Amino acid sequence: MTFSPELEAKFEKLLKSYPPGRQRSAVVPMLLYAQDELGSVTGELVEEVARRTGITPLEVNEVVSYYSMLSRQPRGKYHIQICTNISCLLTGGEELWEHACRKLGIGNKEVTPDGQFSLEEVECIGACSWAPALQVNYEFHHHMTPEKLDRLIDNLRKAV
Amino acid sequence: MANVKLTIDGKTVEAPANTLLIEAARRAGIEIPAFCYYEGLALQAACRMCLVEVEKAPKLMTACTLPVAEGMVVRTNTPQVAQARKSMLEFVLTNHPLDCPVCDKGGECELQDMVFRYGAGESRFLEVKQHVDEREWSPVVFYDRPRCILCFRCVRICAEGMGVAALGVVNRGASSEIAPNRGDHLECDECGMCIDICPVGALTSGTYRYRTRPWEMQHVGTICTHCADGCKTTLGIRNNRIHRGNNRDRSGVNGEFLCIKGRYAGDFAHHEERLLTPLVRSQDGFKPVSWAEAIKTVAGRFAEIRQRGGKFGVIGSNHTTNEENYYLQKLARTGLGTNNIDHHRTGDVLSLLRARVPLATTADLYHSKAVLIVGVDLAQQHSFLAYQIRANWRHHQARVYTVRRGPVREDKIAARIVSVEPGGELAGVETLRDDLAKEPELVILFGDAIQGEAVARLTEFGSSLGIPVKYVCLVDYSNSRGAVEMGVLPAEGGMTLPEMMAAGDLDALWVVGANPLRRHALAGKPFLVVQDLFLTETAQAADVVLPAASAYEKSGTVTNVCGEVQRLQKAFETPGTKTDLEIFGLIAREMGLDLKQLGPWTPSAVFAEIARTVPGYDLPVEVLEAGGAVQAGPSDGLPDAVWAPVQSAGDTLFTSGTLGRYSKMLNAVREAPGELYRA
Repeated sequence: MTFSPELEAKFEKLLKSYPPGRQRSAVVPMLLYAQDELGSVTGELVEEVARRTGITPLEVNEVVSYYSMLSRQPRGKYHIQICTNISCLLTGGEELWEHACRKLGIGNKEVTPDGQFSLEEVECIGACSWAPALQVNYEFHHHMTPEKLDRLIDNLRKAV
Repeated sequence: MANVKLTIDGKTVEAPANTLLIEAARRAGIEIPAFCYYEGLALQAACRMCLVEVEKAPKLMTACTLPVAEGMVVRTNTPQVAQARKSMLEFVLTNHPLDCPVCDKGGECELQDMVFRYGAGESRFLEVKQHVDEREWSPVVFYDRPRCILCFRCVRICAEGMGVAALGVVNRGASSEIAPNRGDHLECDECGMCIDICPVGALTSGTYRYRTRPWEMQHVGTICTHCADGCKTTLGIRNNRIHRGNNRDRSGVNGEFLCIKGRYAGDFAHHEERLLTPLVRSQDGFKPVSWAEAIKTVAGRFAEIRQRGGKFGVIGSNHTTNEENYYLQKLARTGLGTNNIDHHRTGDVLSLLRARVPLATTADLYHSKAVLIVGVDLAQQHSFLAYQIRANWRHHQARVYTVRRGPVREDKIAARIVSVEPGGELAGVETLRDDLAKEPELVILFGDAIQGEAVARLTEFGSSLGIPVKYVCLVDYSNSRGAVEMGVLPAEGGMTLPEMMAAGDLDALWVVGANPLRRHALAGKPFLVVQDLFLTETAQAADVVLPAASAYEKSGTVTNVCGEVQRLQKAFETPGTKTDLEIFGLIAREMGLDLKQLGPWTPSAVFAEIARTVPGYDLPVEVLEAGGAVQAGPSDGLPDAVWAPVQSAGDTLFTSGTLGRYSKMLNAVREAPGELYRA
């Protein structure tokens, strides 16, 4: 399996970052970076990471299925994660979540038919001081309201 | 390491520093309950059943990960500890289906025992229990997720014990589950170690599941009849049928180890093609006859041939008992007056015995600082010996050396690997001289690649290292070693097995528990008598076929690959069959032979004679009677026996000569027949 030259360079650096025989330490970052490039963690990717780190595909799968930020299902181009943990919940996170579901017509861990958006209800993302908060891919958006969310989604649609 | 003193429940306990608290308590007779802690495996600290109070520690500590320390004061019987155990069990039972009435493990389940002793009768959980359907991972292994308590024992025994790592844990929290290495199915040794080590009924076997209850079976500890490693298997018998094999009581040389053959391949005994009545050849094929008539036919012909000075050939077995082998060769020599007696030789035991070097026990493989494996795929052919060496590497950092023709599992733990071409094994061993000479001690295991002159050269090499060296000559089948030592070999002037097959002038050929026609053509038309369990190629050509009992249906002793003698215990009967020993006796009596000289044909009487006459077999009967193992020896090297080339049967984990062909379970697993590196 081949990746972009940038990703290959990242992998090479990662695999050299750990002492010989400890290459399995690179499994999580490798999967994360590769997921960004491929859109999801594919079976082929699991095999490839296992091969490069010298562990079994089952061991890679243990990691993939454990971490919620790694997904076997393809996500939308814009993966919207809305926090409904305590601080966000108290400041309207729940309403924000319901609004997002209605607006996009999808539920938790689902993708819009055009493949542009996916939604995920997440636990605390460490932005309690600016609750309610959400995350689009790696971007944080603070003090969200349903109106701000509408604008955000409309702008992203235009960017498409 | 120095000892430390600590107090557990007011009792002063002394234990070596670094001992885990749970072990120190156990040795002092104080039980600290645990699911995930398992002696000999890596620590997991997952179940939290072993929480105890330790003075000056702010909260309860897990006794399975805590090394003992000087002056430590531990309490395992306080209300707080009792509450912790109760709470952990309540947690464990959150999604547990409580289907004990139909669960295979019911009655011998560690979770049942723990809840009975420490648990709560009531649960505060009101939520609906999560249900996941049972899954079949292979014909051997089934997984029932709701019963699983996630102790990781199966994952660890597979990775550490077997060196296979076919199991893992996927997902997290309440939806965590054990997963097989191929997504929806397993590809592994199918040994069933994971099933037996499971404290609950989450892993069940295709052989035993939903068949019967533990308390409805008789549990008979006997020796596995497949390979030569001599593992004790405790057969669960009900209604004359084997329902399972395991060795949870860790009796026998193998502890709890068994491979698929010891656990699940006893099913050959119940195969529908099992011979249940004697057969005599007539014009239109085989005719079933009574035992009396069959014995009369055989004895009549034997007596007649004997009288006119005809020529006999006798081929013995490498899986009948020592008593049977001994009695057969005595009967052949004194009763039939022939020296043409041999068996399928699978390893050059004879040359090794003649070298008069120290022989290793199975325990030595676990304790020796270094092990050299020459020319054999040990994990495939001697899975118990491989398990011992792997455990030695894990627990004692033993150095393992392999000399082999292709990749083997032992390479993964090897300090050095030497690749050789066929025939290059001895030269390969020589390249390790400097490394081996630095070891404090060594055990050398060798297969049929080393035979004849090469055995002498190998032992000379070992002696020249200047360190204590012990040897194992690898053989196939449960009693190859015994067949040699009991004298199922021709003395000078007698014919070897290939010679008998090719002779063409034999008047009678008597084949006991062997199938020489699979490898050799039979010249001439001797009167052919075959004793076997099945209508093998050889039996099909016979004039008389006598249905024999299997090793599980008889008593006696067998000698394993390391020369350890152990006792078989009769577990059940298959009506219609007779033990080979009884058949010999009946033929001898019918022939009118001197029974005083031959002696009674009961296993204990024959063993007493063996102890008197076979060098190295004057063994403590009490130990054998109690189910123990004693290494025979030293042997006199059988000075009279004729040497002949040997050839391993090349069985894998999933084949076992004739018996393996009739084991449905061995043939049902997709890994069968497995691969040997030289194949």
